[in-house]
Amino acid sequence: MSGQKPDSVGQWLLIGLGVVFAIVLLVLPLALIFTMALGDGLAAMWSNLTEDYMLHAIGLTVLAAVVAVPVNILFGIMLAWCITHYEFKGKKLLQALVNIPYATSPVVAGFCYLILFGRESALGQWLSANDIQVVFAWPAIISVTLFVTSPYVARILIPLIRAQGLDEEVTALTLGANGWQIFTKVTLPNIKWGLLYGAVLSNARAVGEYGAVAVVSGTIMNQTLTLPLLVDQLNNDYKVAAAFTAASVLALMALITLVLKILMEWLQKRKEARHIQPVPGRG
Amino acid sequence: MLPGFGPTFGFSVLYISLIILVPLSTLLVYVSGMTWAEYWGAITDPRVLSSYRVTILGALYSTILVCVIGFLFAWIITRYDFPGKRLLDSLMDLPFALPTAVAGLTLSALFAPSGWIGQWFAAMDIKIAYAFPGIVLAMIFTSIPFIVRSVQPVLEDLKGEYEEAASMLGANKWQTFSRVLFPAVRPALIAGASQAFIRSLGEFGAVIMIAGNIPFETEVTSLMLFVRLQEFNYQAAAAIASVVLIASLLLLFVLQWWQSNFLDKYEDK
Repeated sequence: MSGQKPDSVGQWLLIGLGVVFAIVLLVLPLALIFTMALGDGLAAMWSNLTEDYMLHAIGLTVLAAVVAVPVNILFGIMLAWCITHYEFKGKKLLQALVNIPYATSPVVAGFCYLILFGRESALGQWLSANDIQVVFAWPAIISVTLFVTSPYVARILIPLIRAQGLDEEVTALTLGANGWQIFTKVTLPNIKWGLLYGAVLSNARAVGEYGAVAVVSGTIMNQTLTLPLLVDQLNNDYKVAAAFTAASVLALMALITLVLKILMEWLQKRKEARHIQPVPGRG
Repeated sequence: MLPGFGPTFGFSVLYISLIILVPLSTLLVYVSGMTWAEYWGAITDPRVLSSYRVTILGALYSTILVCVIGFLFAWIITRYDFPGKRLLDSLMDLPFALPTAVAGLTLSALFAPSGWIGQWFAAMDIKIAYAFPGIVLAMIFTSIPFIVRSVQPVLEDLKGEYEEAASMLGANKWQTFSRVLFPAVRPALIAGASQAFIRSLGEFGAVIMIAGNIPFETEVTSLMLFVRLQEFNYQAAAAIASVVLIASLLLLFVLQWWQSNFLDKYEDK
């Protein structure tokens, strides 16, 4: 990412314009969150942070992420292995299907789950006959979180495994390694930073999802409010400082995500640079 | 052949079916239980019709604007050395990392008539937050990384030799840009723009916090679906959801078809 030193007024103007856009669209919105959260002072922010409803929302948000991220790591590895190592009919279709959650409006996704688990479907009627609460409770929140975060890990791993090529894995196979050994000893060390990066992105999305969760949550204070829903709820109740306090927790997580992303990309690049690369193979 | 096809293929298909295909088809099955008149009535309700207009126009304007802004970001990051460049590069991912509801909340406070930036526009009698421009602004925010991260690698690859060759052949800077650089970046720009457009059509959290949500004026389609849900009118909600779902899936598959066709041609050269 090395560029030249700008050498004309026009170039400095372009840079200046870009920086102004970045300040207006990205820096000021971020700065405003923390300014507003601290608007009534540090003590007020702390008391907002330690309210029951805040702690409960943080807990529920963490729960959704803690379930969704590992499950989608597993799915991402399985799908990426399948897509990059074999030729089979329907491979393109499989790759297209995994992109559906990217394109689907989260509200529509949430609504589909509401129908699936609600009284409108046979499954929902069976659930309610057996007194299993899914809709307007945490199981539905976790389900929609699984949906919205499902493509991330797979999408990052597929190009990464392709770029590594299959040579090392085939060599391990001829030396008598089994599938699990090939994965853990050969493939995984090459992709581990990319995998973590996928996990970080999935986590950011899981923590921040609003639309899909809003539809299935029923927004019950102290029960089904995740942090993003709480931000909206407090804002609607004109508790502005409290809303921005909840927002600042999420913004802090976003900043940590950015730092982790830079770190992981750097580590993955270093890994690839050390790796003696033959002609990139295609799976 | 490497071992593991059976379990990985089986698990992937099962998971995609359970998490993606079954819920989406549930919606379509539910909708198929409606009569055509009910369905047509729900999706052509005047308030819903104007929400299509607001959503599509918002996505269109924001995509055009974000193409320009995102291209500018990618250009200065790849071309020039200036203080704060690495920070700028890292900030480009902020809209992916920041929850959309938080983005909407802070943008609406920033651009409200009393806000840090909104006051300057208010002085000129321009309303951004709680009006249509706010929707466009929120969609621009969430779209930035799509453009920057698709254009940036291409600009990085193109650096140097092409421009030197073009200038040696006597092209001026504008000709080099419009005849050499831009055509090479165009596919990546279109791909990024399509993703941004699809995302903007479905965007909810960021938009509703800033839009003001006035019926017939600043209601997006995702919100209409939400409104019908709160009225417990599940049938109308399902009808609207099916329109959104089918439209976004069509766009997604057209985009993927176009990308795979273009990339094949590109590799043949």
